[in-house]
Formats: sequence, structure tokens, C-alpha cells
Amino acid sequence: MSTESKLSAALAAARAENRAALIGYLPAGFPSVDGGIKAVRALVEGGCDAVEIGLPHSDPVLDGPTIQTADDIALRGGIRIADVLRTVREVASAVDAPVLVMTYWNPVDHYGTERFAADLAAAGGAGCILPDLPVEESEEWRTAAAKHGLDTVFVVAPSNRDERLARITAVGSGFVYAAAVMGVTGTRTQVGHQAEDLVKRTRATTDLPVCVGLGVSTPDQAAEVAAFADGVIVGSAFVQRLLDAAGDEEAGLAAVRALASELAAGVRRR
Amino acid sequence: MSTDHHTPPQVPDARGYFGRFGGRFIPEALVAAVEQVADEYEKAKADPAFAAELDGLLKDYTGRPSALTDVRRFSELAGGARVLLKREDLNHTGSHKINNVLGQALLTRRMGKTRVIAETGAGQHGVATATACALFGLDCTIYMGEVDTQRQALNVARMRMLGAEVIAVKSGSRTLKDAINEAFRDWVANVDSTHYLFGTVAGPHPFPMMVRDFHRVIGIEARAQVLDRVGRLPDAVVACVGGGSNAMGIFHEFIPDSGVRLIGCEAAGEGVDTPRHAATLTKGSPGVLHGARSYMLQDEDGQTIESHSISAGLDYPGIGPEHSWLKDTGRAEYRPVTDDQAMQALLQLSRTEGIIPAIESAHALAGALELGRELGPDAVILVNLSGRGDKDMHTAAEYFGLLDDPGRDPGAPSDRAITTDADEKLGK
Ligand SMILES: Cc1ncc(COP(=O)(O)O)c(C=O)c1O
Repeated sequence: MSTESKLSAALAAARAENRAALIGYLPAGFPSVDGGIKAVRALVEGGCDAVEIGLPHSDPVLDGPTIQTADDIALRGGIRIADVLRTVREVASAVDAPVLVMTYWNPVDHYGTERFAADLAAAGGAGCILPDLPVEESEEWRTAAAKHGLDTVFVVAPSNRDERLARITAVGSGFVYAAAVMGVTGTRTQVGHQAEDLVKRTRATTDLPVCVGLGVSTPDQAAEVAAFADGVIVGSAFVQRLLDAAGDEEAGLAAVRALASELAAGVRRR
Repeated sequence: MSTDHHTPPQVPDARGYFGRFGGRFIPEALVAAVEQVADEYEKAKADPAFAAELDGLLKDYTGRPSALTDVRRFSELAGGARVLLKREDLNHTGSHKINNVLGQALLTRRMGKTRVIAETGAGQHGVATATACALFGLDCTIYMGEVDTQRQALNVARMRMLGAEVIAVKSGSRTLKDAINEAFRDWVANVDSTHYLFGTVAGPHPFPMMVRDFHRVIGIEARAQVLDRVGRLPDAVVACVGGGSNAMGIFHEFIPDSGVRLIGCEAAGEGVDTPRHAATLTKGSPGVLHGARSYMLQDEDGQTIESHSISAGLDYPGIGPEHSWLKDTGRAEYRPVTDDQAMQALLQLSRTEGIIPAIESAHALAGALELGRELGPDAVILVNLSGRGDKDMHTAAEYFGLLDDPGRDPGAPSDRAITTDADEKLGK
């Protein structure tokens, strides 16, 4: 990309402060479309540097029980792709932080690759994370994304060998999403020991920032990851706060905001 | 009709594509494991010791070759066409599933993995997997939708008897699709020790190709048996399709025989004009589910639509990519068969031949009855009888009212005696 993307700029700004970025995830439509929009805004108000909005899917194969439950609530509430795009639009127009969409491939494929990229860009989205679209199958998407100025963030895993890491990072943009552990989303008591090694090996292949997600949920874990990565990605812990609030919207938003600010302090710890 | 110079098509390509279908849509965490399976399978194919060991197991453990049975009384119900059954129900464990399971179990051992996971719908793939794990001393975990653990309870008991852990999956539609989701989640977390012994010709490359190859023995045997018995090739080969493994297994060898119609029977549930069916090829559209592009049941937003079938093994909103390709090229035809049609066929084969088929296989039998009436008495129809019906007695008993009410005098005659058009046609 000729000019620096919004996503790259946000990560560079964190780096300029000599700290890791904080990236928060919540699915759209959870607990409702409007409630979800407020919740994603609360992530930024609490201190997230960038946000990922999940597109709820009927078959969330890479998600643990927490996000499965949220997706289920969103789908039973009747969430449509149009609502996801509205969520992106309303959040992007209200905050400065870049807004990404995280989605399984089939909804994009079925909506139409070019159409999805165009509509996401028009809504003010900064890019996409497509965890079940490997590089080999990604060319059509990357072409459409580049045309519309969207970043494509690829996920790398501890099981990736160095040659494959190089192949993935060569075509990704924005940042690289390093999965801390082998497994699905969900909070974990320990950040996997594999994460630091994966960040090191990934950095050897690229200048892109490397952000770590999967299982990070507490300020201490955020601080631990911030010491070796360019960004910390938190999802299930936010979803859990909203589930715990059990329908009390104000309480849920306050809990999301509070966790975001604690995590934001975590990534600034020295 | 030419019967030699036999070369089935060389698909898929190196990326796992059958035309526009197939591929490998998987998370990075699984790429290394899936590549390992593909590499090991290529090595095994080139190793005569692998083929010899598998052949030995198929013969002495499974009981292959499976019989070919002329079903003359049943044929009368099929417009007089000559119906021949390929008896995969007579395999050890009671279905075709064991063919693929033994192949992949040997592969698991070659890869040095100690644990196997699998999904199961009807429980036949789960039972076959649990069986092979007992034989090879592997740890075994089977994922099964909660709905299926109830309607196929006998198979849950069999798997536990064999030492497998059976996990009832409570997410989504609580059927086969969700069992596959849960097995993938397990695999991502345990990929170092664990092989995912996938049970049908769907999933990411190389599974559609490899599972087909392990089932090709069905068609290779059957083609030779029919030639030997009848002196010519059949007019049609009929099989039920869930994910599509028994159908690919029997179809594959016949693909170059352009005069032989290949007919897959998919589950139409309560009817393809209702929302309650599993007729993926009749009503679906191309999309990506469980790692490959193929036809699938999906809504306008690419969300999977839940399927329905009385048969747990066909209750799946996806289908293997090679079937999608065979449909698009026109080489195979796919027909919907309703729950009621399948249950009638199940009863008819039981009453005319003394063979109780699985409800899955009964869909193929219903297709053969219809086809026979279309083709007339000169036709020869080969049907893959993919499994036996023991596991389905609970469902059949409910459907037909076969069991006496509890508390009733067991000696009293049943007041719900069933008659079928078979009984009438056969002058009972
Ligand atoms: C007896 C029998 N036939 C058919 C099937 C459907 O699977 P496939 O379409 O892969 O043959 C099953 C699956 O459980 C089965 O048990």
C-alpha cells in the first residue's frame, strides 16, 4: 500500500510510545446489534488501540464455548451481514481506532468477495482477519482487499515452520496475528510458552508488527505478552464480561470498559 | 459396452480440486498436520508393505470380498429389474466404514500418533474407529451429536464397550455437522499426538481423495462380481449419500463406463419442498464447509442451514467435493428420497429378502425401486447396501410401532401388525 494504512498507523503510534498495542474483539450483534455497537465503542473508550468485530457464524470451528455462545445469541437475534457492516460503520464513524472484521470465509465467499471488500471499505473498515482462509486460497480476496485499501491480517500458529511463516507474512498486511497456543479461542490461565518463540520466528520473516492472541485475558498476561510482542489481542474475556452481566446493559458496558482500561495499563507496564 | 482399458479420472489435482470443488480451507494450526497426512498417505501408497497389510486386514478381519446378492423377490417390487446388492452390511462392524478406518488406522501408526478422534452420525464410523483403535492399541475419542447419541444409542454402547470415550455434542443442531466442528476443535488443540480419522469423502484435501481410495475396493469388487454373475455391466449403480463415502467407493471404478448410470440418493427428510431435509445437491449451493468447497445447505448470508433426516448418517448439510463435481459434469445424478420412502424400502427388503438394511442404505433401496420401475425388467441395477439395520431398530420400532407397550401382556398378539405394499404385491 502506498500510503500507510489506518491499521499500520495505529500500531506505529503504539510503537512510538514504546509499548505494545491493545486490540479488542467482540462479535457483532451481541448481545444485540445496538448493544454490540455500544460494546465495541466501550472497548475503544477503555483504551483499545484497534478493534476486531466478529461476524457471527453458524459453525465457529475455531472458537471455544464463550464465543460460540455469543455467536449463537447474535444469530438467534437474527444478525445479518448488513448488521455487521452497520456495526462497522457506526463504530468507525464514532472512534479513531481502526476497525477490522474477523470472519470465517464462507459468509464472505457467499456474499461475494469483491462486494464484501467494497462494502466493508465503504463502511469505514480497515481490513479483515480470515482465520480459515490459508494463503493458498486467498488470492482473490487479497486482490479485492488491496483494490479497496483494506489490510489482510493472516494468522500464524506455533506449528508453522519457518518457511511457511515467511510465505504467509510475505502476503499479509497491517500486522501478523500470532496464535499463542494450539487451540481454539477462550481464556486460559497461562499464556503458552510457545508464543514468545513464535513471535521471534515470525519477526525473522517480516517487518510487520506481530500481535499475540488466543487465551490472553488478564492485565498480568497482557503485560507479559507486551514484553515480547507488538500487540496484545483479547476477545473471550470481553465476551465473558458481557455474558456475566446477563442482560444488564449498563453493567456489561462498564465491565468491558473497565477491563479494557486495566489491559491498557497492562500493555504500558514496564 | 467396453469392459477393459479402465482408467478412472485422475482427480483431484495437486491442490485437492475436483474442478472448482475441494481445496483446503483450514486454519494455519492444522496445515502441518494435514500436510503430514497427505505426505504419509503418498508414501504409504508407494509402499507394498502397506498395501499388503491393509489387504490382509480387509480379508481376514473385515471379511472381504463382500458378497453380491441377487434379491429376486425384492426385484419384483422394482418393476422386475434385476437388483443386485453389494453387501457392505456383512463387513465386520456392519458397514462400509471399516474399509476407510483400517486404512487410516495404519496411517496413524505410521505417523507415530497414539490418539485418534473421529466424528460419527449413525455411529457406524464411530464403531469402526473404536474397533480399529482396540485392535491397534490407540486411544480413541468419538464426537457424536446429542440427538444422534439418542437415536443410535446401541452404537454408543458398542463404542464404549470397545474402550472409546464418546462425547455427546450439545452445540448447534446436535447432529453430525456439530460433531465434526467439535472434532476439529479437539484436533487443533491436540494435533501433535492425535490423528483425526475423518469418516467420509468431505473435509480438506487429502481426505476426500484418501477416503475415496480406501473405499474403492467396493466398486472394484462389485464391477468384477457383476460382470462374472450377469455377463455384462449394470445399467445403473445406486448408493445413498451422506458425506458420500460409500457412494464414491462404489462409483469410482464405474466412472469410465459411460453406459453405466451413477445415481446417488440423498435424504429428502420430510420433503425437499419443506425446510426439513438434507438434500444438499438438490437444494444447496456451492460454499465452504468443513474445509472444502462443495455444495452445501446455506442461507443468503452463507450461514449453514440445519439438515434433517430420519437417518443420522445422512443428516448432514454438506457433501464431498467429488460428488459436487460429478453432479456438475453430469456424470452422476442425485435424487432425493424421503424419510417415508426410505422406511418403506427398509421394510420391503426385510420382508422380501430377510435382510434388514441400515436406514441410510434404505434410501438407496428406495431409489432402486423407483429406478427399476423406470427402466423395466431388462435392467440390471447394482445397489450398495452400505450397512445393516441393527442400530436402527429403535427408530424402526417407533416408526412402525413394532414394540408392545410396557405393562402389556407379552403373549397378546400385536394390534399394530404392519402390512406393506410388499405384502400386498407378493400376495401375502
Ligand atoms: C450404513 C451407512 N451408510 C451410509 C452412511 C453415510 O455416509 P457416506 O455417505 O459417507 O457413505 C453412513 C454414515 O453413518 C452409514 O452408517
